Amino acid sequence: MTQKMQITLTVNGTRHEILAEPRELLIHVLRERLNITGPHIGCETSHCGACTVTMGNRSVKSCTVFAAQADGAEITTIEGLGTPDALHPLQEAFREHHGLQCGFCTPGMITRAAQLLRENPNPTEEEVRFGMSGNLCRCTGYQNIVKAVLAAAATINSAKEAAQ
Amino acid sequence: MIPAAFEYHRPGDLPSALALLQQHGDEARVIAGGHSLIPMMKLRMAEVPHLIDLQAIDALRGIRIDGTRITLGAMVTQHELIAHEGLARVAPILREAALQIADPQVRYMGTIGGNVANGDPGNDMPGLMQCLDATFHVTGPGGERAIPARSFYESAYMTAREEDEILTAVSFDAPTGGQAYEKQKRKIGDYATAAAAVILTRSGATCTHASIAMTNLSDVPVWSEAAGAALTGTPCDEAAMLNAIAAMLADIDPAGDNRGPVEFKRHTAGIILARAIARAWSRA
Ligand SMILES: Cc1cc2nc3c(=O)[nH]c(=O)nc-3n(C[C@H](O)[C@H](O)[C@H](O)COP(=O)(O)OP(=O)(O)OC[C@H]3O[C@@H](n4cnc5c(N)ncnc54)[C@H](O)[C@@H]3O)c2cc1C
Ligand code: FES
Ligand code: FES
Repeated sequence: MTQKMQITLTVNGTRHEILAEPRELLIHVLRERLNITGPHIGCETSHCGACTVTMGNRSVKSCTVFAAQADGAEITTIEGLGTPDALHPLQEAFREHHGLQCGFCTPGMITRAAQLLRENPNPTEEEVRFGMSGNLCRCTGYQNIVKAVLAAAATINSAKEAAQ
Repeated sequence: MIPAAFEYHRPGDLPSALALLQQHGDEARVIAGGHSLIPMMKLRMAEVPHLIDLQAIDALRGIRIDGTRITLGAMVTQHELIAHEGLARVAPILREAALQIADPQVRYMGTIGGNVANGDPGNDMPGLMQCLDATFHVTGPGGERAIPARSFYESAYMTAREEDEILTAVSFDAPTGGQAYEKQKRKIGDYATAAAAVILTRSGATCTHASIAMTNLSDVPVWSEAAGAALTGTPCDEAAMLNAIAAMLADIDPAGDNRGPVEFKRHTAGIILARAIARAWSRA
């Protein structure tokens, strides 16, 4: 076993100092050391997107990032997006538009969609489909996920306009 | 899927990274975006006792356009290539190709340097770089070297880069004329069943120059000089296109695998090249 190294991660605004082996994957550190279990492990082979988190301003598959690479980074997971009493507009829209069935893919979907809308606040339907193409869903057939993302975009934009 | 244990290094500049490579010899390897290397390490097909992360080396970043010469730092990600408006103006084929690589999450991490240094025949950038006649810049203990993309690939995962050298940048002249990157894949996010990069220049009704490269149809990318020559001096009509396809088919050497048998891949290669030529010509 190699020596453990000190890794600093800021997850959903909270700073954590962790002692981990360099070979530990970010998803394992989040789920098993920090008990942040929103991001799921689906395939563990960089294909399904269930493990998606935001690192800095990038959506990443946390099963394909070593925790050591993330040392110093700011991470946002689904836990950082809303609370049960004050859902994020994407969470609200997924509920309203039936954008989930079993819910396994949902944390990754919503985390990815949040970054997509940060970069492109007014996406077309096609841009949503292309921008979400790294996330697989075995239940919904995607139609309602796309609807939910478009609806959330509209909600976020009108809230921004109202604030101006 | 947990990789074998390793020690992690994050040098802050190129000389430190080169020193680490020297010190640990064939026990060391660099990691860029990690989206080819980490899957291999998880499968234990790659064992890397010393992993040298290039993320903190600023000299490997950045997209530079000096007149007509374009230089991409090795650590430029596919996402950054796609987002760069200046690059899309002077070399639109880069964005067109990068958008067909993997999926958004992979493109935020995967780098141009990793894509061309990897040596996997499935990678899309090597063929495109051969089509552009790009130069790969590497630095090692003996200093800097420039290697033409067209002579970089020896066989699968074997390249002209020495193990103690780091690829620092790729550079190429802004292409003139019509450009197209066409790729057939089983689903979004997949490697190519066949892909073609085509750049054509045109004077009146005549094609005056053509460069054609194919991806994942041999254990190395295939720049088909003969296919380009078959279009040059022609009006790029059907007869010329069929000649170019025949020349390309003589240069590729696909293997049957889970993307299909050899006959299917050769058929697909012909169709993809025809589409790429037609699209490049319509833009020339
Ligand atoms: C699901 C999935 C789908 C994908 N689909 C495609 C696809 O369709 N087309 C495609 O082209 N790619 C595809 N990829 C691969 C992806 O684009 C990789 O990110 C890319 O090939 C490698 O870039 P990297 O920065 O991640 O390199 P790494 O994985 O970090 O490195 C790859 C190799 O190159 C070496 N290396 C990296 N940088 C340097 C350097 N500067 N100097 C010397 N050696 C270096 C490393 O030591 C390693 O051996 C896919 C990956 C995944 C996970
Ligand atoms: S678990 Fe990471 S992509 Fe599937
Ligand atoms: S809701 Fe079940 S996988 Fe998407």
